[in-house]
Amino acid sequence: MEEQTITAGAAATATNEQFEPLILAFCCYWCAYAGADLAGTSRIQYPTNVRIIRVQCSGMVHPNLVIEALTKGADGVLMIGCHPGDCHYLEGNLRAKSRADAISLMLEDFALEPERFRLEWVSAAEGPRFAQVMTEMVEQIKKLGPSPFRAA
Amino acid sequence: MMHLTINDTRVEVPDGSKLLQAIGVAGVKIPTLCHHKALTPYGACRLCVVEVHAPGRPPSIQAACSYPALEGMNILTHSDRVTRTRRIVAELLLARCPDAEVVRRIAADLGVRDTRIRKKHDDCIYCGLCVRVCEERMGRSAIGFSGRGPRKKLEPPFGKHNPICWTCGACNFVCPTGKSVSTLATANTPIPIPNPFNVGLDPGPAISILYPQAVPNKAVINPDQCIHMSFGDCGICREVCEAKAIDYEQKEETLELNVGAVVLSPGYEIFDARIKKELGYGRFPNVITALEFERILSASGPYSGRVLRPFDKREPKRIAFIQCVGSRDADRDYCSSVCCMYATKEAIIAKEHLGEGLQCDIYFMDLRAFGKGFEQYYLRAKELGVRYIRCRVPMIEEIPGTRTLTIKYLAENDKKVLQEYDLVVLSVGMQPPKEVKAIAERFGVALNPFSFCSASVFKPADSSREGIYVAGPFSEPKDIPETVVQASAAAAQVLSLLKDARGTLITPKVYPPEREVAEEEPRIGVFVCHCGTNIAGVVNVPAVVQYAQTLPNVVYAENNLYTCSNDTQERIKEKITEHRLNRVVVASCTPRTHEPLFRNTIREEGLNPYLFEMANIRDQCSWVHMHEPDKATEKSKDLLRMAVAKARLLEPLRSRPLKIKKACLVIGGGLSGMTAALGLAGQGFDAYLVEKDEELGGHLRHVRYLLNGEKPQDELRRLTEQIKQDDKIHVFTGATIEGIEGSIGDFRTRISARGETTEITHGAVIVATGAAEYRPKEYLYGQDQEVITQQELEQRLAADASFLAVEAKRPAKSVVMIQCVGSRDSERPYCSRVCCAEAIKNALKIKALSPQTHVCILYRDIRTYGFKESYYTQARQQGVVFARYDEDRKPEVSRNGNGLQVSVFDQTLGMTVMIPADLVVLSAAMVANPGNKELAQLLKVPLNEDGFFLEAHRKLRPIDFATDGVFLCGAAHSPMDLGEAITQAAGTAAHAGTILSRDVIDLEPTISHVIEEKCDGCAYCVDPCPFKAITLVEYQSNGETKKRVQVNEAICKGCGTCQATCPKGAIFVWQFRPEQLEAQVHAALFRWHFQPEQLQAGVQAPQNLESS
Repeated sequence: MEEQTITAGAAATATNEQFEPLILAFCCYWCAYAGADLAGTSRIQYPTNVRIIRVQCSGMVHPNLVIEALTKGADGVLMIGCHPGDCHYLEGNLRAKSRADAISLMLEDFALEPERFRLEWVSAAEGPRFAQVMTEMVEQIKKLGPSPFRAA
Repeated sequence: MMHLTINDTRVEVPDGSKLLQAIGVAGVKIPTLCHHKALTPYGACRLCVVEVHAPGRPPSIQAACSYPALEGMNILTHSDRVTRTRRIVAELLLARCPDAEVVRRIAADLGVRDTRIRKKHDDCIYCGLCVRVCEERMGRSAIGFSGRGPRKKLEPPFGKHNPICWTCGACNFVCPTGKSVSTLATANTPIPIPNPFNVGLDPGPAISILYPQAVPNKAVINPDQCIHMSFGDCGICREVCEAKAIDYEQKEETLELNVGAVVLSPGYEIFDARIKKELGYGRFPNVITALEFERILSASGPYSGRVLRPFDKREPKRIAFIQCVGSRDADRDYCSSVCCMYATKEAIIAKEHLGEGLQCDIYFMDLRAFGKGFEQYYLRAKELGVRYIRCRVPMIEEIPGTRTLTIKYLAENDKKVLQEYDLVVLSVGMQPPKEVKAIAERFGVALNPFSFCSASVFKPADSSREGIYVAGPFSEPKDIPETVVQASAAAAQVLSLLKDARGTLITPKVYPPEREVAEEEPRIGVFVCHCGTNIAGVVNVPAVVQYAQTLPNVVYAENNLYTCSNDTQERIKEKITEHRLNRVVVASCTPRTHEPLFRNTIREEGLNPYLFEMANIRDQCSWVHMHEPDKATEKSKDLLRMAVAKARLLEPLRSRPLKIKKACLVIGGGLSGMTAALGLAGQGFDAYLVEKDEELGGHLRHVRYLLNGEKPQDELRRLTEQIKQDDKIHVFTGATIEGIEGSIGDFRTRISARGETTEITHGAVIVATGAAEYRPKEYLYGQDQEVITQQELEQRLAADASFLAVEAKRPAKSVVMIQCVGSRDSERPYCSRVCCAEAIKNALKIKALSPQTHVCILYRDIRTYGFKESYYTQARQQGVVFARYDEDRKPEVSRNGNGLQVSVFDQTLGMTVMIPADLVVLSAAMVANPGNKELAQLLKVPLNEDGFFLEAHRKLRPIDFATDGVFLCGAAHSPMDLGEAITQAAGTAAHAGTILSRDVIDLEPTISHVIEEKCDGCAYCVDPCPFKAITLVEYQSNGETKKRVQVNEAICKGCGTCQATCPKGAIFVWQFRPEQLEAQVHAALFRWHFQPEQLQAGVQAPQNLESS
């Protein structure tokens, strides 16, 4: 393992060229998590930078948790739920939407770029879309560079 | 067994192994090219070279695929010398085949960007895979190497095409450079095996998991296409299957089952469009069926969701949909019911994929958007620019060369139009399965004239033979919700029939007593799965296991070839006892498929099933990072660390038993309510049937006759009598519901009837409140006695039809019917579904009573779906005149000296015509019951914008509410006819039965919990709760009145909306507590941190970051 790439926060000094962001994705169990599984069964390749955290519903994610992640060094955070109208819990995803709006406002207070946080909808049948969202987010964060909170 | 050391890792391999196997056991990846597990080692490419230190011999560089492993060997797979050698090999390969993708990737992985050697631009790297597969696996030797050194050449025997080659295509398949090897050996082209899931649009292997959602999710061999099963050769799949699961000897088995009832649901087939030669399917490549188009639109389809035409894989710009292909014609006088909507859906999705600019034209006769919410969907399609062209397409032609298709048709204004399309989609209808005759014969059930299974309006799930029931399109073409409902109705019939046998074949599973672990320090066992090569082929599993051993509280870690196998379950149980494990973490696939299995395993060993956590290192790692093994290994460690971090904070949870009150409240005593009550009583449950009127029967009391001749009043009498006789059914007439409290399994309801209030307890609720006929405000209704509704006409015709009699001054009377009165307008945009068939029923009745009476039906679309279509045909044959009007040019009704006049703009004539009428009959809408609102509030269930009740899921849960234990049937759901209402009602009886048949139900413990000390009663969480499970309560503390929230555990589903709303951290969902999620976040971010208190602002340098 000579050419090991360190994916987590340790590579803070890396230039943007080699910068490997660390992104957390809160995935609802019924749609997004299943969509991620389908991307897997379909063998759709996407960058390795994302770590999925399973939640029952996108509406379960407390804004503080997202802020905690971003201020402790995550380069980006995704919150992914079911498409509007498809929520397993009727309208938990709509609550997530309102919260996402609030989170976006809070990012300013922490001098974080709004692009570091994203709310997305991915259904259980959308493996390709899941992979696409991952790829886009990684590219976006690579452009932004490492989180200011991750530098020592 | 032999023992070797691979880069400091000791491994054990069986005698006779090659080095490559030993390296694989160590979890080390080295590049290979000419190696194939099912073929003999060849040692041609030399990419797999390693440094071998054998006792008593000088170190040497050897090809790992062909060099034997020997006791005591020390192998270096990534030493400087090895890497240098590999790079030279890569340069040589790159020189020979610089254009081959696989060679470029291998070279790039080794850090070789270019070659110093002159490039040959060949397409053969002499790996010999094709030669070996042909000889060893296919037994052919149709291709081989001739010549030596620079004259070495891949060619068939004697350099000629030869009959030895059977064109299996294996050589092309294995070739790493993508060379079409078979063309050397034969002039034939291998025919791809059509993939049945994508209706043959793309090729598939002869062994596959049929589709991602297949149940069971296992690979199966297509014996007709399998070379091994046809000729005994190949057998590659058996070699590569790590689980040794391939069994070519499996034979079809005949099982004998002793059953009390049978449900027939063999489904349908789509119409074979080749029969309609004029439409060109099978002749013109750009004419496809809607099923093919459906697959093309799908993300899991042949083009991964890109909308391409199969012929040239180009994006179409103009698409035509042709409706009624194999429906509504002389040979099939029925409507397939679903095609209008699927064409509309496909047009919308195609536009979503290809953009607004895509032209989508739907050629139709009547647009049958009759289902719940369908009319609104149709309107949306029109807004999105889908064009609907009313005409039956006579033929499709093709312009040679461009393969563009043309449609010539006569527009409604009598003008000839010619349109060109890139793609034509045929909306093929439903027909009975091919085997229908054999099925009918074997089961002794009758078929109707269209060869569908016969069923009656009043017994919609019964076949002609007792004990045999029917569900799905086998009895009539139908959409998904109707299929789901009919299946439930069939289940209800079976449940009643086999009431006494219920539960007699069940043996309850007994688990050992649960070990108390709450006070113990976490002792975590980690099991990392290879999943054959699915994980281990990418991720270095031994390294992950080694890493796991360094994680806090992990006391045991191991790897398994398949963690889900039966023997591993036993192993997990052994290790739990051996190491006193109190938490188990499995790093393998997705919890969506395997969590229940592992939870059960640890439960069998006395651990609470919730002391389990999974890390998904297959679906979300090895499968999606196949070309980045190092990064995938690192990610796997991260995912495992996150799982361990959460596992440390898991607590035992217990499902809460809820005792079920074995009775059901049925609200509404019409046909639906009566049917539901009888269905419940039939299963042995008490039913409380509550009706607001003084007698039972509801709308059925006004139905005098039916299209198919069945007698509704006889049926009403029979039902009423049966209900009276049944002591399980408790009827309350003239009754209202005062209040409903409680939830699934345990409701308390107050019913007031005749000044008396009764309180009942019950486990479930069925809503069957029906609908009402719209009182028209238009067309002189209420002002003119001879303007009546269809329901009023039916009463008149049944009572005394003498008003139709011929008089001296008027040789024939004239009846004009107007459709869509109060439906499909801006106030009520929905279609009332039943009025077209009702109008035709009454028109036919008039024609039967008085053939010389003129009947004219003014309509917008005739929506006689299913077998009702044949009555539409019958009506036209009997001289009923159908004239179409547009929504913006509605007919007008007036009365002058000559009597009633109806004026309507005739589309074909292009002018307004006046029709004298003795009677104007309005097909009035079916409107929602005004009482629905109040009931919805009592039950905390939603209504849709039209005032009908809103089900849990339009397609899949049409008669359930999202609230457990509450069900919905009949016209309270949406407008529907008698047969449909009965089907739904019977279905709800079955659904309620799934609850009432149990003594207790175990409620999922992963729900909300209030930390009482922290809650200050701010009530922020109350409104957002989607299930209204949280209430604000007052309590006394130290003489003060305080507030806090309370969770109704029977209603809460554990979505956690409350948890994310609470500013105090006073409410959480078990298993997803903020601390648990936070631990995962921290574990993801700081591979060296596990305790939140260790965290400080900013990031510290890693203290003891292990190197792997």
